[in-house]
Amino acid sequence: MTELITTASTFIEPRPVEGAKDTTMVLNMGPQHPSTHGVLRLVIEIDGETVLKVVPDIGYLHTGIEKTCEAKFYQQVVPLTDRIDYLSPLTNNLVYCLAVEKLLQLEIPAKAQWIRVLLNELTRLNSHLVWLGTHALDIGAMTVFLYTFREREDILRILEYVSGQRMMTSYFRIGGLALEPQLDFFDRIRQFINILPEKIDEYQNLLTGNPIWINRLKGVGHLTAEDAIALGVTGPPARASGIDWDLRRDMPYSSYEKFQFKVPISNDCDVWARYVVRLEEMRESVKICQQALDGMPEGPIKADAPKVVLPDREKMKTQMESLIYHFKIVTEGFAVPAGQVFQAVEGAHGEMGYYVVSDGTAKPYRVHMRYPGFATLQALQAMCEGRLIADVVAVIGSIDIVLGEIDR
Amino acid sequence: MNGTSSKDATLEAHKDNRAVASLFSSSRDFILDAKFDRNELTLTVPRDNIREVCGIVQSAGYNFLESVTCVDWYPGEPRFQVTYHILSHGLKERVRLVAMVDSIDPSIDSITPVWPAANFYEREVWDLFGVRFHGHPNLRRILMPDDWEGHPLRKDFPVEGYR
Repeated sequence: MTELITTASTFIEPRPVEGAKDTTMVLNMGPQHPSTHGVLRLVIEIDGETVLKVVPDIGYLHTGIEKTCEAKFYQQVVPLTDRIDYLSPLTNNLVYCLAVEKLLQLEIPAKAQWIRVLLNELTRLNSHLVWLGTHALDIGAMTVFLYTFREREDILRILEYVSGQRMMTSYFRIGGLALEPQLDFFDRIRQFINILPEKIDEYQNLLTGNPIWINRLKGVGHLTAEDAIALGVTGPPARASGIDWDLRRDMPYSSYEKFQFKVPISNDCDVWARYVVRLEEMRESVKICQQALDGMPEGPIKADAPKVVLPDREKMKTQMESLIYHFKIVTEGFAVPAGQVFQAVEGAHGEMGYYVVSDGTAKPYRVHMRYPGFATLQALQAMCEGRLIADVVAVIGSIDIVLGEIDR
Repeated sequence: MNGTSSKDATLEAHKDNRAVASLFSSSRDFILDAKFDRNELTLTVPRDNIREVCGIVQSAGYNFLESVTCVDWYPGEPRFQVTYHILSHGLKERVRLVAMVDSIDPSIDSITPVWPAANFYEREVWDLFGVRFHGHPNLRRILMPDDWEGHPLRKDFPVEGYR
């Protein structure tokens, strides 16, 4: 059986002909399909309702951000990173800033690190709320979407309050934060954090006991731990397959080692397990936020590095030296010592890693972004094979796909 | 960039590192250069042995491939630096493998037999840098359209179009 056929379009891979496979059909799903969460195109080969093969076709949202980075100063890249995984803008900012800070070997003040942790966890909650709402919507439970977006709106208001932007926040800077947070900023977060656990109970009441939800999720999209490792799956889908790995705990960054939290694991390996793991993660995020609020250290929010960090507005207007530094950073950037670093953080969807190469100038020589969705998409075939088409929708929802991060 | 002495000093300081130790026990030629910078270990390995080297590193406990990418050092030669980031869940540490590929024959063995996860990453490197991977099951463009000309992340590819 060496003969190969190329089906329907040139986009699908040639497959070997095996016996009576004339009955199969090639179905195109996306890129404008509501349940593919963006512009994911899947070419699915089906036998009746049974999925034989799923071939993801990506690149519809490719904007060449990695190329653009090479033409910008280091500090100008920060707002670009927001637009990659657009559901967790601050995590993108964090990983880029940490990478450049590692290149510069900058020490970040404790308060800035803690605020970064706090906002990073809020971002995770934001992303998980969008995931829960849209995932439930795909399965057919429309109400949950309205509930989760109500809470998400609160998070967006908090982000807007502190950074001036609801979604494309760009609040973190190389060397610290953009602004000193307002006095009542922490109170607003505390208010939100206090009500969130009962809202999570509410979602669970809506979904966990629901027979349709159970039938659509349990046993669907099975992914073994070996497959998950081999295919590069990280984050909640990996932890739902029993891989006990969380970068926040195992390779801590930005003071995460000072926080106590559990890493939820499940050995069920299915869509249901991913749902349970993410809900537990939301509860743990709430705990981390509470610890961050309770133990918030005092001090500056920017590193003491006048050649890298922009001076305060007040100083810039009154002191000649600060004015010169300000002028130099804005017009010619700051040189970063040559070298290469890889910095990874635990994002809402999994491991987010930036590989930044510097050649000693003020612009990055190369910025490579490792985003979880790109690798997780490779596991789609393993999760969908032999299942029904409707399960493909459940599986896509369960890996929490964001095309912005996959196509970059 | 690195003299022989800095390589030997780095290897001496990290001789207990599992990746270094297991590569050395297989062959002393598997590490062409070593660098320890900003707490990250970079091992330059021979391009012809990349699949073998990855297999050795994998059995040394570095179980998880994080990413495969490339850096274009145009106009220098060898031009392409194919970079592998490999993580160990057990040891909680990471090693970076680097293989230099020249521009006359920009190609290297695919490591998909070792880590299937490399599939998309190698397609991405082919798409954006034009480095071919021998033995890859499906080496097509992944991000750019199929009929795109050129490889956008090469340094001689303009950011804002040809003028």
